[in-house]
Amino acid sequence: MHEISIAQSIIEIVEAEARAANSTNVQTIKIRLGEFTTIVPEALEFAFEIARSETLAENARLEIEIVPMVVRCVTCGPVADPVRCVCLICPQCGLPLEIISGEELQVEYIEIESEVERA
Amino acid sequence: MERVSVQTNVLQANQELAAENRRLFAAEGTLVINLMSAPGAGKTSLLEATIQGLRGRYQLAVIEGDLQTDLDAQRIRALGVRSHQITTGTVCHLDARMIARALAEFPVEGLDLLVVENVGNLICPASYDLGESLRVVICSLSEGPEKPKKYPVMFHKADVVLLNKTDLAEPSGSDLRELATNVREVNPKAAIFEVSCRTGTGLDHWLAWLRDAIASRGVAIAART
Repeated sequence: MHEISIAQSIIEIVEAEARAANSTNVQTIKIRLGEFTTIVPEALEFAFEIARSETLAENARLEIEIVPMVVRCVTCGPVADPVRCVCLICPQCGLPLEIISGEELQVEYIEIESEVERA
Repeated sequence: MERVSVQTNVLQANQELAAENRRLFAAEGTLVINLMSAPGAGKTSLLEATIQGLRGRYQLAVIEGDLQTDLDAQRIRALGVRSHQITTGTVCHLDARMIARALAEFPVEGLDLLVVENVGNLICPASYDLGESLRVVICSLSEGPEKPKKYPVMFHKADVVLLNKTDLAEPSGSDLRELATNVREVNPKAAIFEVSCRTGTGLDHWLAWLRDAIASRGVAIAART
């Protein structure tokens, strides 16, 4: 259950960005989360509810986009559905597969209310 | 409302600290192993066997990570090897900051090999780079053959996978070949060793590999820097 640590890291990144943009009110946080990570979206949402209190993201909504796992073989090209069979060996030629996406854990953007809007 | 593009890796702060640790290890020429497994797979037993196999020839030290107690650090010290215990309290993994703090009071000067024994857990430690040169994962036969399929990220990121407790294959009903195949499927590139820390079977292959890794550590360290 390291989603708490992950949620705290998200808050740190978001607070720094909000301060740099002179905002004290973060409304949306958009996360890109790969399928091939050890982070469970539901657990991250729950951890975020706890981590956001008394921060600039106190009122923020967490939007999580799940990035599918995509793999390819250097010789045979794309391979379908590697997660279900958890096999990173090319079914056609037996070479190791390359992971193209699915390992993301990224804050993509935040939506903030500016001080002018508040006033 | 204003949208601000961020595009920042959530673990960036950890990765920056890991890079600092890695620079420090590289400057000392120390090979650093991040040793990970489920609780009870045999991390400390492997360390004891490894220390006995390498002792005398190399300068070794161990950093132990556990939620509570310094029992593992005591086991290492009993073999005459310097060890430092990090107790994480409730945190289920070590991170680069904990290692940086440990290094402040546990210098690595002159070390050939530093092993960091992570908290027993096949999930969370996979996300946190500590600045290691090599990731070594242990899976014991008594855990059954399916752990690599259930925890693919951990096994995928390993440089070396040790299949421990081969002496228990028969009593636990686990098929060693099936386990090795499952590791290979999530990680076709890892070096795999079949060992029993209890009987000593297979340890000579692992120790020979590790001696080579220490001898050519400049290459391993450079690959990660």
